[in-house]
Amino acid sequence: MNIPVEKLLDLYTMLSRIRRVELKIEELYHLDEMKTPIHSSLGEEAVSVGVCSNLQKEDYIFSNHRSHGHYLAKGGNLKAMIAELYCKETGCSRGRGGSMHLIDTSVGHMGSSSIVGGSIPHAVGAALASVMQNKNLVAVSFFGDAASEQGVFFESMSWAALRKLPVVFICENNFYSVCSHLTARQPNIDIYKRPRAFDIPSELVDGMNLAEVCEKAQKAIEHARSGQGPYFLECRVQRWRGHAGSGDPNKEKYRKPEDLDETNVRDPLKEFKEILFAGGVTESDLTQIDQKLDAEIQDAFECAQNDPLPNPEDLEKHLFC
Amino acid sequence: MPWTKLQIEREEPAFDDPDGHVGRKISYGEALHEALDQALERDPSVYAMGQGVDDPGGMFGSTLDLHKKYGGQRVFDAPLSEESTVGMAIGSAMAGMRPVSIHNRPDFLMMAADQIINHAAKWSYMFAGQVPIPLVIRACIGRGWGSAAQHSQSLYSLFVHVPGLKVVVPSTAYDAKGLLITSIADNNPVIFIEQRWLYNHQGYVPEEIYSVPFGESVVKREGKDVTILAVSHMVIESLRAAEQLAEKGIDVEVIDPRTLAPFDEQTLLRSVEKTGHLVVADLDWKTAGFAAEVLARVAEKGFSYLKKPPVRVALPDIPTPSSYVLENAFYPGVDDIVQAVEELCQGKLSETLGEEFE
Ligand SMILES: Cc1ncc(C[n+]2csc(CCOP(=O)(O)OP(=O)(O)O)c2C)c(N)n1
Ligand SMILES: [Mg+2]
Repeated sequence: MNIPVEKLLDLYTMLSRIRRVELKIEELYHLDEMKTPIHSSLGEEAVSVGVCSNLQKEDYIFSNHRSHGHYLAKGGNLKAMIAELYCKETGCSRGRGGSMHLIDTSVGHMGSSSIVGGSIPHAVGAALASVMQNKNLVAVSFFGDAASEQGVFFESMSWAALRKLPVVFICENNFYSVCSHLTARQPNIDIYKRPRAFDIPSELVDGMNLAEVCEKAQKAIEHARSGQGPYFLECRVQRWRGHAGSGDPNKEKYRKPEDLDETNVRDPLKEFKEILFAGGVTESDLTQIDQKLDAEIQDAFECAQNDPLPNPEDLEKHLFC
Repeated sequence: MPWTKLQIEREEPAFDDPDGHVGRKISYGEALHEALDQALERDPSVYAMGQGVDDPGGMFGSTLDLHKKYGGQRVFDAPLSEESTVGMAIGSAMAGMRPVSIHNRPDFLMMAADQIINHAAKWSYMFAGQVPIPLVIRACIGRGWGSAAQHSQSLYSLFVHVPGLKVVVPSTAYDAKGLLITSIADNNPVIFIEQRWLYNHQGYVPEEIYSVPFGESVVKREGKDVTILAVSHMVIESLRAAEQLAEKGIDVEVIDPRTLAPFDEQTLLRSVEKTGHLVVADLDWKTAGFAAEVLARVAEKGFSYLKKPPVRVALPDIPTPSSYVLENAFYPGVDDIVQAVEELCQGKLSETLGEEFE
């Protein structure tokens, strides 16, 4: 891989940032102050980071319930996200959305949907707008393996291919929908083969390998931006935690035996560090980065905890624009 | 349906909107066409898509040849994928466009219910007004020629139920144009429900672009005995009923709310205060339908005005049948409205009849 060291460090910073934010959320979640359902992206961070590192600030992303990684990787405001988890008026959605409905329009994040598959056509629409407005922007749709079971997934691919729109579909396949394994839900688990029925080029990606995600996402995004139409990546990942909340308390009851085997668990952060070390980066370089991140995260949580709650008198505000 | 056209010509008498204006008269369908044309001309962010919008029928004429004028990038056909089509419209609206998503029938909007109800209606509130969704969804209620249960539903009450949607039901050519312009200009999702039998009706329509405000009823006819609040094609039926009732000495007031959400309560309450009698003539099912909502509001805010229990003339709670004899039995119309009003005015009727017999 030919990624310059600065870019490698940027990638590390974002990967570590998401990891540390998620760990912090998990650490404090039991206090019951973040009264919102959380869906941890632990284990899956490399996909968001690899894809978004190839996007421009104005490019669009569309996200789902497992939204933290996408939001942060695209450059979403950390303080506003944490305040949203604390249900505060300063939250990115002013306490009206919660963890599953993050937004930061200043970086092309137009709001995530918690209806599985629901935001896929939004990406197609934003891509359509980009073409109509001659903006040359790309729209990325992040969704899970279960979303690929929805009719709207197929319809959206069809629209995107029909009108050759600059959309990149990113399927984060963690093999689970809540507690249901992919093999219990799909007759053929090769999700990446489905877009080919629409003549959309697609690839299978090791989503635990940040360098690989980066490389393939770059190709996909360039393809879309150059007017050649949509592109599809199925990124296979490991969901470290349960579907929602912290930890995975019921794992013995639903996980496949091979998933319970600790030796099969991979860590995208650890694997990426190996690449950095091979490139001459030292442990202390990374420690410096991490210390800065921790200070920033600490500050974001403290601010959020002290921020004002929404005013109940504003209950009816914002129904219409 | 090509047959519907024949039937409308046979069964639906021409109607000339008695709004008192003099000037150019065009049909409801032509008015919709003119509105879309002028919106496309005025604002490059407006675009229109839907199944068959560029076909020789041009959505009952309302989109005819606009693709030739504005090109296939701005007026284009859609695959049979209502859910993603509306979803795509929403995504494009998030990115600054003003889509007009056109559907043949409200029945087909059920395929897009997730995008309409879970997404478009939620975006403003859920994200505290940061991303407007200036989306217009047009659909035309069908009726007749055996259209049956899946091609004739009104369904607007369903959308009125959902906070975050505006619901528009023009009954005249003038309102069709002005309300479509207002809908396209609005920064929120608007469900724009037409009715197929209104398409040939003529009315005064200014040539220039204009808008009709949301949430403002029009009193189509003033009267002192009974208030009829009528929706969509029922406005025409009510005006016809009003003529018959006038001959019998009953003076009805006909109100067209024009938009169901927002709904103009004030005009209705003032009218009921005056007449003391209310009939709601609705094109949707009776149970939990729009008419029920109107009755609830009058019960809450104008109960003391009512001299008799209010009446709903609405669709019976069954799917639309196909056979024309059943169809005729199914649809309420002039006769049902006349009957409802007469029952409310029994006292008065016998008085006038009494006078005649003296
Ligand atoms: C339409 C719809 N059906 C069901 C749910 C409940 N639900 C929320 S997340 C989820 C699992 C989705 O799995 P996947 O798309 O693979 O994403 P992951 O959670 O694995 O990231 C389900 C079933 C929902 N939110 N929306
Ligand atoms: Mg999954």
